[in-house]
Amino acid sequence: MTGLLARLLGRLPIGWLQLTHNRGRLVAALAGVAFADVLVFVQLAIMGSMSIATGRPYDFFQAGIMISAADADSLTDGSNVARQWLFQALVHPEVTAGMPLFVGSVTVQRGGSTMTLTAFGVDPAQPAFLDPALRPAAELLTLPDSGIIDRLTRGLMPDEAAAIGPATPSAFEIRGRTLTMYDGFDGGGGFGVDGYLIVSDQTFLKIVQNRQSTAPDHVLLALKPGADAVRVSAELRQLVSDKSLRIRPYAQARADDIAYQQTRRPTGIIFGFGVVIGILVGLVIVYQVLSTDVADHIREYATFKAMGYRQRFLLGIVLEEALILAALGAVPGYLVARALVGGMRQMTNLPLELGARTAVAVLVGTIVACALSGALATRRLAAADPAELF
Amino acid sequence: MPDAGPAIAVAGLNHWFGRGEAKKQAIFDVDLKVARGSLTVLMGPSGSGKTTLLTLMGCLRKVQDGSVRLLGQELAHAPEPRLVALRRRLGFIFQAHNLHESLTARQNVQMGLQVRPGRDRAGDSTAAAHMLGLLGLSDRLDYLPANLSGGQKQRVAIARALVGNPDVVFADEPTAALDRDSGLNVVQLLKRLGKARGTTTVMVTHDNRILELADRIVTLEDGRIVGDSGAG
Repeated sequence: MTGLLARLLGRLPIGWLQLTHNRGRLVAALAGVAFADVLVFVQLAIMGSMSIATGRPYDFFQAGIMISAADADSLTDGSNVARQWLFQALVHPEVTAGMPLFVGSVTVQRGGSTMTLTAFGVDPAQPAFLDPALRPAAELLTLPDSGIIDRLTRGLMPDEAAAIGPATPSAFEIRGRTLTMYDGFDGGGGFGVDGYLIVSDQTFLKIVQNRQSTAPDHVLLALKPGADAVRVSAELRQLVSDKSLRIRPYAQARADDIAYQQTRRPTGIIFGFGVVIGILVGLVIVYQVLSTDVADHIREYATFKAMGYRQRFLLGIVLEEALILAALGAVPGYLVARALVGGMRQMTNLPLELGARTAVAVLVGTIVACALSGALATRRLAAADPAELF
Repeated sequence: MPDAGPAIAVAGLNHWFGRGEAKKQAIFDVDLKVARGSLTVLMGPSGSGKTTLLTLMGCLRKVQDGSVRLLGQELAHAPEPRLVALRRRLGFIFQAHNLHESLTARQNVQMGLQVRPGRDRAGDSTAAAHMLGLLGLSDRLDYLPANLSGGQKQRVAIARALVGNPDVVFADEPTAALDRDSGLNVVQLLKRLGKARGTTTVMVTHDNRILELADRIVTLEDGRIVGDSGAG
């Protein structure tokens, strides 16, 4: 390692030698950097889980454009959309089909547990609006009082959930009605909901009260292949009489929803603060580690300065250390954070993940933070006469 | 050297420590010329300003008032690059050896060579080993300072200061950490190597036995020169 670094640096790898000389100090410094990494990793995982959980129900459907009410900030919020606007939208030459989408919250009793599910009412005759994986189940939805249920629903026993299939349906009680689940799909609960349920629009109106077939929550539109959803959305806004409607590309609706959850809902704002505070505390820890290290070696650096080494050389040593600490600290930091996040996922059934992108971002961030801290910590060395530092 | 003047010429040098009310003058109107190739000893009671004067002449402290010309170049208000260039022509031996604790004896000495840019690094290790050999440490090349005795450490520090063939060597009580015999040995060594290379040496010491070896003895008291064996 020393030889490799020496060749790489073109000088003695003093940073590396310094770090490995005192194992106790190295372990303490690495623990500090790793702890900072863990803090940021965990906060990012929590923040990220909300984006994943918010975006997930959008994956159940396929559409080019979604029409929602002005106050519908998410799939489950806001007023209804009158079905007549669907017919108006179909006039546009590039809109090939449209489907009313009903969304409602239902409480399901099963065994001893109560689960809160978001139910989607869809038109079984238009399977093209479903995710390809769900399309085969569309036919099952034509049966009265049938549904397909999220196998990852919080509160549902995994083996029980896995057993549900067309040949082995399972009965659930919803608002005093018995619904037969003919199949399952992989969804997974979020912060406000335990799981998902997809039924036909007819069944939906039976299990969610005070809803009418003429007033779905959203309208999904399919476009001709190659049509520009942004342009068609703009044209539909001209075409449809109700100017208060939000007519957006489906992907845009999903992105808007995530932004809404992150920036305007209390949970999202709190998670955002968590990330900011995690990063700030992480920075403080990393700065503390690097400045302590510089202080520990100040006499040696002053001696180098007295011998005629430039500030740049000393900065090089500190940056070498910063790089090594950031890289070595990130490994235990990532592993510990993974274990913690895994534990949290087990307990909450939330989609908590530590992706490769997050890991790389945190590693780069740590390297930058370590380098800046090291540079900052060496400023004292630049200003002082060598004789002041012995 | 193209310029044949003295190695060091100090004129009207004053120096203060602290600020405001606590400001205290440590050096008072010092004039001193040090001839090339000589061994000059600075002595005097502690607090007399010996080390301050040494660090002022050695580019380790900014000159506040007066003039210090080192190897023909003015140190007062000198820009950092000039100070860096001058420091590379000096060898400094500190009271505490100031070796780098995570580098071996050989690596510490190498640091005295690597400071000069554009050199061929390949020979550094051999040159460092050779220098340590001259100081009787050829069997301690790869020892860390923690595993060397006080005298051995000081000899490594001397090797580090001399390995780059400096024009001027500054030594601040190089024998303070040593017993009398090894102290004398170290100074004899410095003197011998200095003579062989034509190096100018300025040394601060309390040690009377060293005085016999000096070409010139300058005595300081309360920041003023009060005695000079080589004056006039």
